[in-house]
Amino acid sequence: MTTAHTLTVDHATVGYGDRVVLEDLELTVPPGRFSVIVGANACGKSTLLRAMARLLVPRAGAVLLDGRQVHREPARRVAQLLGLLPQQPVAPEGIVVADLVGRGRHPHQGPFQRWTTEDDEAVAQALEAAGVLDLADRSVDELSGGQRQRVWIAMALAQRTDVLLLDEPTTFLDVAHQVEVLDLVTDLNRERGTTVVAVLHDLNLAARYADHLFAMKAGRLVAAGPPSEVVTADLVRDVFGLESVVIPDPTSGAPLVLPLGRHHTGA
Amino acid sequence: MTTQSPTRPPAPARERAVSRRRRWVWLAAALALVAVAAVVSVAFGTRVVSLGDVVGALVGKDEGIAAAAVRARVPRTVLALLVGAALGLAGAVMQGVTRNPLGDPGILGITMGASLAVVSGIAFLGITTLPQYVWFALVGAALTSVFVYLVGSIGRGGPTPLKLALAGAATTAAFSSLVSAILLPRIDVMNVFRFWQIGGVGGATWEAIGIVLPFLVVGTALTLASARGLDALALGDDLATGLGVHVTRARVLAAVGAVLLAGAATAVAGPIAFVGLVVPHAARLVVGVDHRWVLPFSALTGAVLLTLADVIGRVVARPGEIEVGIVTALIGAPVFVALARRRRVVQL
Repeated sequence: MTTAHTLTVDHATVGYGDRVVLEDLELTVPPGRFSVIVGANACGKSTLLRAMARLLVPRAGAVLLDGRQVHREPARRVAQLLGLLPQQPVAPEGIVVADLVGRGRHPHQGPFQRWTTEDDEAVAQALEAAGVLDLADRSVDELSGGQRQRVWIAMALAQRTDVLLLDEPTTFLDVAHQVEVLDLVTDLNRERGTTVVAVLHDLNLAARYADHLFAMKAGRLVAAGPPSEVVTADLVRDVFGLESVVIPDPTSGAPLVLPLGRHHTGA
Repeated sequence: MTTQSPTRPPAPARERAVSRRRRWVWLAAALALVAVAAVVSVAFGTRVVSLGDVVGALVGKDEGIAAAAVRARVPRTVLALLVGAALGLAGAVMQGVTRNPLGDPGILGITMGASLAVVSGIAFLGITTLPQYVWFALVGAALTSVFVYLVGSIGRGGPTPLKLALAGAATTAAFSSLVSAILLPRIDVMNVFRFWQIGGVGGATWEAIGIVLPFLVVGTALTLASARGLDALALGDDLATGLGVHVTRARVLAAVGAVLLAGAATAVAGPIAFVGLVVPHAARLVVGVDHRWVLPFSALTGAVLLTLADVIGRVVARPGEIEVGIVTALIGAPVFVALARRRRVVQL
């Protein structure tokens, strides 16, 4: 795509009700790269993504897209630049794949505007890119978990945003489908230059696929940078409270974390 | 669909072209059904009028009993079409707003809220005219919607479909006992209220239609304008926000439209149950889940259903009548049970 957009979190404090989850957090998402947020459960990684996606409004500080506060900008314009795939999107019962993907065109259509050929092209390309073209006229209800996740990603693709936020896109998928989804996201990043920020649970998959890692602990950012620099036994101990051995992944050279437990101490 | 020839366009384009054409066919069919229902409603009743007499009466040539019956049935038919359309549309919007297949002005407490307001007005403030009913019904419907929404929003996760439906059902139960409490000791109020309560279009006049029409027009405009917002909301609030929809604003706008429709319909015809519940499901079966189609289709289907229900009420109990609200309840109750028994009841 065209010019890279910059997404920054500027000293943001974010929480739910009385509870502060992120405090004074600051980071810049590298444009045109695939960034992954990692951390233990309840460390605030999904909260961070939700704040970036303007689902949560920071109590102090701000989330800035090209220097403007995302929650103050016209919602539709932000939606043309910044896409989101939430953790549990809802597929209306009985909806057909092509129609669901077509809903990604929402921010590009006026209230009474008709469906255009550009919309048709965007949907066809998205279906193709996500490898679900042959499912186009199937009902979403009858798809497997992996197929369904690819359909949702196709919907996000049809939105044609330069920045895409993915909240745990691999949850509930088996390992083959996890790899498939991450390959797809990587294609998108490499071929279109889409800036991707994803929350992932699996540190090893994160280390392999990410260009850039944000490691979080208790609502703070404890490390950021390329996986080869960030993922160390010390970091894993700090962030996950887990003893581990970190070796180079024989297939990709990325760091590979081998967890140690009481029965497997590596000694 | 299994055979593929090389000249065919790719699957998604073909599929959408097919379904688009099918929708237009269905739309034509629905419009034809509305016309049939209207003619049937004018021709049938205590006295069956021949088609020739119907035409004669409408162009003003005939005098006599047949012509008089026809002229009396015309406003009744128009009102039945309007109220049915309003309830069908309101139901479709409510189901979309709450993402709840049981979302219906009746189930969400809105109809009963309108009823309670009208009954209170009759009992305590002595209101007796339709314009007064309309305003009381609208205020009652609006306040009840807000109340149900607030009650349904308490607790974790905000206003989930299930909590909204429960809050609405509880409110309906509470309000209906309040209505009884107001009515029971007051025979005079009971008599004024009785005809209105059951739900009927028998007393239709052009004047009554003129009074509610502006509310129905505004309500229809608001709801049709929110069709695309409802499409986005159907994907969940998070995704809708990601698609650039102001979730709260879209909900409120659509809900205000639905409240106008349901409130005005209730004011003029009394609480009519199940039309708003059943009709959107039928519409979705035919045209799919796109609200730009579901909403107009629900309006048309609602008009047909209510008009035919009114005709049935007139025909089965000749020379008397069964109020249309009772007939729709008889039709709607089994459908409600079938819907409630389905597995994915709280999702839409």
